[in-house]
Parts: sequence; C-alpha cells; structure tokens
Amino acid sequence: MSYAIDRLEHMFEYEQVSPVSVSATSATAEEFSAGREARVGSTLTAAERVAELQSRISQMQSRTLSSTLIPTHPAIASLLPGGGLQRGSVYSVDSSAMLIMTLLAAPSAAGSWCAVVGIPEFGIEAAQRFGVDLERLVLVPHPGDQWLAVTAAIADVVEVVVARPPARASDSAVARLASRLRQRKSTLLMVGSWPQSEAMVSLGESQWHGIGNGHGHLAAREVTVTVTSKNAGRPRSARIWLPDASEQIRAYGAPEMAPAPLTLLPQQVSA
Amino acid sequence: MNAGSGALPEPLPRVLVLWAPDWPVVAARQQEKLPADAPLVLIENGLVFAAAASARAEGITRGLRLREAQSRFPGIIDRPYDPALDSRAFEPVLAGVEELIPGVQVLRPGMCAVRVRGAAQYYGGEKAAALTVVDRVNEIAVSDARVGIADALFTAVHAARSTITADPRSRGGRVRLVPAGGSAEFLAPLPIAVLEEPPIVTLLMKLGISTLGEFANLDRFDVRSRFGELGGRLHALASGRDPQAFIARTPPLDLDVVIDFEPALDRVDQVAFGIRSRADDFVAGLVRARLVATAIRIELDSESGEVAERVWLHPRSFSASDVVDRVRWQVQGSNLIEAGLSSGISRVRIVPETVDEIGNHETGLWGSGLEPRIHHGLSRVQSMLGHGGVLVPTIEGGRTLQSRQRLTAWGDRSVTERSPQRPWPGVLPAPLPGTVFSTRHAVHVFAEDGTTVSVDERGHVAAPPAQFATSDSRSRTLTAWAGPWPLAERWWEADSPGRSWRFQAVDDTGCAWLLVLDDGGWWAEARYD
Repeated sequence: MSYAIDRLEHMFEYEQVSPVSVSATSATAEEFSAGREARVGSTLTAAERVAELQSRISQMQSRTLSSTLIPTHPAIASLLPGGGLQRGSVYSVDSSAMLIMTLLAAPSAAGSWCAVVGIPEFGIEAAQRFGVDLERLVLVPHPGDQWLAVTAAIADVVEVVVARPPARASDSAVARLASRLRQRKSTLLMVGSWPQSEAMVSLGESQWHGIGNGHGHLAAREVTVTVTSKNAGRPRSARIWLPDASEQIRAYGAPEMAPAPLTLLPQQVSA
Repeated sequence: MNAGSGALPEPLPRVLVLWAPDWPVVAARQQEKLPADAPLVLIENGLVFAAAASARAEGITRGLRLREAQSRFPGIIDRPYDPALDSRAFEPVLAGVEELIPGVQVLRPGMCAVRVRGAAQYYGGEKAAALTVVDRVNEIAVSDARVGIADALFTAVHAARSTITADPRSRGGRVRLVPAGGSAEFLAPLPIAVLEEPPIVTLLMKLGISTLGEFANLDRFDVRSRFGELGGRLHALASGRDPQAFIARTPPLDLDVVIDFEPALDRVDQVAFGIRSRADDFVAGLVRARLVATAIRIELDSESGEVAERVWLHPRSFSASDVVDRVRWQVQGSNLIEAGLSSGISRVRIVPETVDEIGNHETGLWGSGLEPRIHHGLSRVQSMLGHGGVLVPTIEGGRTLQSRQRLTAWGDRSVTERSPQRPWPGVLPAPLPGTVFSTRHAVHVFAEDGTTVSVDERGHVAAPPAQFATSDSRSRTLTAWAGPWPLAERWWEADSPGRSWRFQAVDDTGCAWLLVLDDGGWWAEARYD
C-alpha cells in the first residue's frame, strides 16, 4: 500500500515512472504469486502472515529507494531497520546530544561531512571526544524562520544533517524535503518527532555510574535505546553504554576495548 | 657576494635612500586622522613599540611598559601596532617616488631606495633630484622625509639618518650627499653599533674598536678568518663597499575597483545592484593578470565621511557573485547602530588583499572533488543567513566549557588563542556534557530542608543538594551529586568572573547536569544527555 503511494509520489516528483520502479513492480508481482503459493502449504496465523508481508514490503521499499547504508555504530545499527542508517532517509532522534553524536561519529570517521542545524548548544568538545571530526562539521545554530530551506540546502551537499525543527512543518514541505533527500542521498536526523521518518531512535531509562552522594564523578552511563520503525513491527531495544568509563560506546555486555583510565578530579585552581 | 674578493669592480651606482622617520607613528596617525602633534604611542605586547615626537618629549621611549608610559604622561593616545598598516600606508609614498624616479626598492616600510644617476641628469644634479623627492613625499604623506645619496645602500641609509639632527625647517638640511668615493670617510666616525649585529659588535667593542673607521682599518683577511663570512660582510660595509645587490621592485598592477554612487545609496539591494557589473570587472582584471583573489578588502565610504572597512577571506577564490555577497553582508552588518554608517554609501572600494596564481586554483579536468560542492552549498546558506550564519567549530584551551569552544564563520581563518594541548588543570573530567548552553540558565538548588545550598570559603557544602529547579520547570529531585570543584580564574583582574564552584548532579529522570555556584547564584551550564 505504502509502496503504491510512494510510486505516485515518485511520479509527481519526477513526472515519469523510472525504470527502477517498473522493475520493482514486476518484482512485487512475483513476490505476491510466491506468497500465494506459500499460503497454500503453510499454517501460519493471520497476524504472522501480516507481519511477514509487511517486512517483505519494507525490504522491497528499501530496495527501490536506495539500499546503501551509511556507516552506523554497531551497537545501534543492529536495532535499525535494514541494519543501519540509510541514505536518503529521515530518522527521528530523541533530544539527546550524546545519542546524536554517536550516530554522527561513524559516518564522520569514514570521511563524510556532517552538519548540525538549529542546535546552538551542541557541545563541540564532547562531539570531538565521541569521534566526530571537527574538520568536517558545520554548524548553523540559528537558521530562524528559513530552517526548512537551510536544512534542504545543506542536505544538498552534506551527507548527514542533524536538525531540530523549531516549528511544525506543513505536510507538503515535509514531502518536498523527503524527495530532495532521496534525490541527494543524504541522511537527515530530526531531533524530536517528524512525520514520514524511517524510524524513531529514542532513549529510555538511563543510569549513571561513578557518582555518589558528594563523591566520585559522572563516569559512565547505561541507557536503553529503542528503535521504533514505521513498518518493521515491534520496537527493538537494547541496553548500551553511552558512554562507558573509557568514553567508548558499546553494547551492554560487549567486552571493554580499553581499561577505564584513572581520572583526576579538578582541584583548587587559581589561574 | 664578493665581500672578500680583491679590488672594487666597476664604479658603484649612486643610490638615493628616502627615509621617513617614525613611520609606524605617521601611518597610524594618518589612519586615525589625528593631528601631527598628537602624543600617539603604538603598543606591541604591552610594550611601547613606537612613540610620536610629542610623546618622546614627555620621556616615553621604546620598550617602556604601557602602564609606565601612562604614568609618565597620562595624555598619551595608545593604539595597537599593526605592521600591515605600515606597509599599506607606505604604498602611496612609493607610488609618488616612482612617478619621479622609476625602479624603487623597498627596504622596509618607511624606507626605500632608488638609483639616482639618470634622475640626477634629468633634474640637474643629485641635490636637485633629492629635493624634488623630498617635496613630493612631504606632499603625499610625511611631513619630515629625509634623503641620503651615496655610492652604496648602507652608506646612503646612514647619510639619510645623519640628517636627523638637522633643523627640520631648513629644506636643504633634509638631504645629505656623500660624494662619490667618499663613503669610507663618511662612515669612519660612526659608532660601531650601527652595524646592528649584536654578538660581533659587542666583541669588537670589547676589543677596543668603537667606530666603523677603526673596524675598516683592520686587515680584511684577518677579520674574515676571525669573524667568518658575516664578519667579512660587515667589514665590507664599514669600509664603504656595500655588497648588497640593488633590486628594483616591480610596481604592482592596479587591480582595485572603486565605485562611486551619486547620489549616495542607503539600501542594501541598490548597493548590491550598483556594484554587480564592476565586480565582474574586478574579477576579469584579476584573470587578465593571471591571478585570483583569496582575500579582499572592502571599504565603504558614507556620505558623512565615515569609513567602514573589512577583510573577507575565501577558502578558494572570489568569483564576482562572491564579491557582491561580501559587499552586501558588510553593508548589512554596518547598518547596525553600534558599528555603523549613519548615512548613505557614497563609495565602495574593492581591493585584492591576497592574490594567488590562477593556475593553483583551476579545477582539474574532472573537477576537484567534493570540496567545491560543499563550499558552494554552504555559501548559499551564508547568502541566506548572513556571513555568521554558518559556523565551523574548533577546540581551544581553557577551563570552562564555553571558553574551550570557538566558532568561526565559514570561510574565515580560525585563530586559536590558547593551545588545547597545554595542561589545563581544573577542566572537567571525561565524559564531557553533550549540551553546553550558550547562555547558562539560572536555577535554584535546595537542600533537604528547603534552604538554598551554599558553599563556604573553605569549600564545605553547607547541606547536601537534594532538589533543583529551573525558573520555568518543576523541581527535580537529585539522586546523586559530586563536587564542589572550585575554580578561580584571573582573580587578580577587575572583571574576573570570581570564584565559582562546580557540581555534577543526576536528577530522578536519569539526566545529569553541570551546576555552577558563583557570586551570582546557581546556574545550569551544561547537560549530560
């Protein structure tokens, strides 16, 4: 169903039915006939049936758009539909700077440019510590009323864009932005909820370690990351260290990469 | 360099040296449009770099601390020293000299040399040529230019310097001629210190040699074997044989573009429209000279005589539309009341500040990769939001989170003042907060009994913090906290931020905060989210 809408959109945007879509149509037909055969010889319940078809549709959709993934941190990649952040898609992300930095770090380390639009309080040094290359990071802290145009213009040239919408956008503006992203193959991470997003990455219960009542310091945090995908069924979640005591991000239970360093707490400084 | 070789080659060319005394002061005075007797003092690194004659008369000398200078004469006008301004202001003087005698060599800002043989014949004698130059230069900029003429550069420089004792009112006193072959005789009484090579000069003085003449009397080969190549060269200078080659400068092409508006324009789009075609000319002129501009200076003159100028950098090179954009941003920026022009713009001047060979900037046959695309995209956003709309971050040294991050506009050169590599005792332990508020939020931190938490002089927390509330949200219960970590930066300065205490705290939602207590109360500076 959503595939058909997508194709209609596609026709509107490009005023033609691209060869990709045509081949996809025939693929759908084949899959459907295959599905009919399967139904005959199986005893699946209706719910399971629907779930299976849905996942098949989503697989085909990702193939029609672009199945290429941008590098994603492995602790989060396994939760995302398709196994990572996809080019040309929009994701909703919880308002957590560390989560955003985690998602930016892997593509940035692989040589992509990243941009942060509309977040003046983005902690640059923390981003660097998380692995975002500042040489390839651009900030537009105050896009003002033109934030949609600015985001679209930046998404034209920058592979991964983080934006925080100051206001709700109209449905047509959302659709225009989505089509532009698909065309330019850049990934947009929207802070807060966003219609037509591929998946929603949210943070659940978090627990800080290393800090007591008047002693210690914030050293590590374990947190639940939940990914709710628009058509992959049940939300998937995992417990991860964000970050662990050596400033790494890893799945809860994954082996430590480096032993936690000893930290010297700030002493009296008069300078 | 033939310092150690035998007899003189062919007769040396006669050289005219023009010297403008106190050039940094003169240049700064012109820039600031101050009267000639203003007690102007130029400061570099907190020390006096140059002082006007009227300030020197009050006992202010080079190398004095600014504070000491102010105490000697409270009326001084102090300005930071700008070497670029020196060169820039000297340019019209060079052009003026070049009109009279071609082939000028710049020795440093404020001093230039030119071969005088042809000019002497044209103006009817060396003295007449020298006076012509002096008159012309005084007309342009300097009120007190001096000229020395001699066989070699070194001698001519000191001939010009020797006029400093002359009465400034006498026209002829500003010129000193050293006759051909008279260099050695002229230099002989000068003190050895004019050689300006401290290690050798100190040693010579210890050996009892106090004038150039005494030094020149030493055997050339002995000097060479004792003091090496440098000693040999100094010996040649002292005996009036200057081995320094004379290299005339090539006059730079005139690439500036000036656009006059009559009547003056006061709308940004009118100005942008008015300069569009001349911006094309500007870039075309550069291309004809096989150059591209990587930095331009834009000067805006307003109807009431104000001047706003600014240098714009470009990560690649300026195209015509880039130039128009920069002018537009500058006009927009200077409309602000605090920095601006109060009346319409009557003249725009575009000057290429830094140029480069066009060959280094041509795109390859297959384009030069991703960078130009990024630049075009970001420039487009800049033209939507203004120059400061797109920022590039760098990390700087510092103790507070705010001072460690620096944002530079896309295209501008980022200047790091404090190295982040140095140890900065007192910085926060890792991990660092992901959200650093650009303006910190005032909060209230309460103890269990509802009183505001305070810290005494010795760093003891009166009662453990139990709750905190921002001005606009519900109060949050704190489940864990750490601190206080004291910080007293630049406590000796009048405008120092004073002592502050930093706390980390975790609220009941699992969100962690960096809270700061200072003289102004409690603040939330950052959030670990």
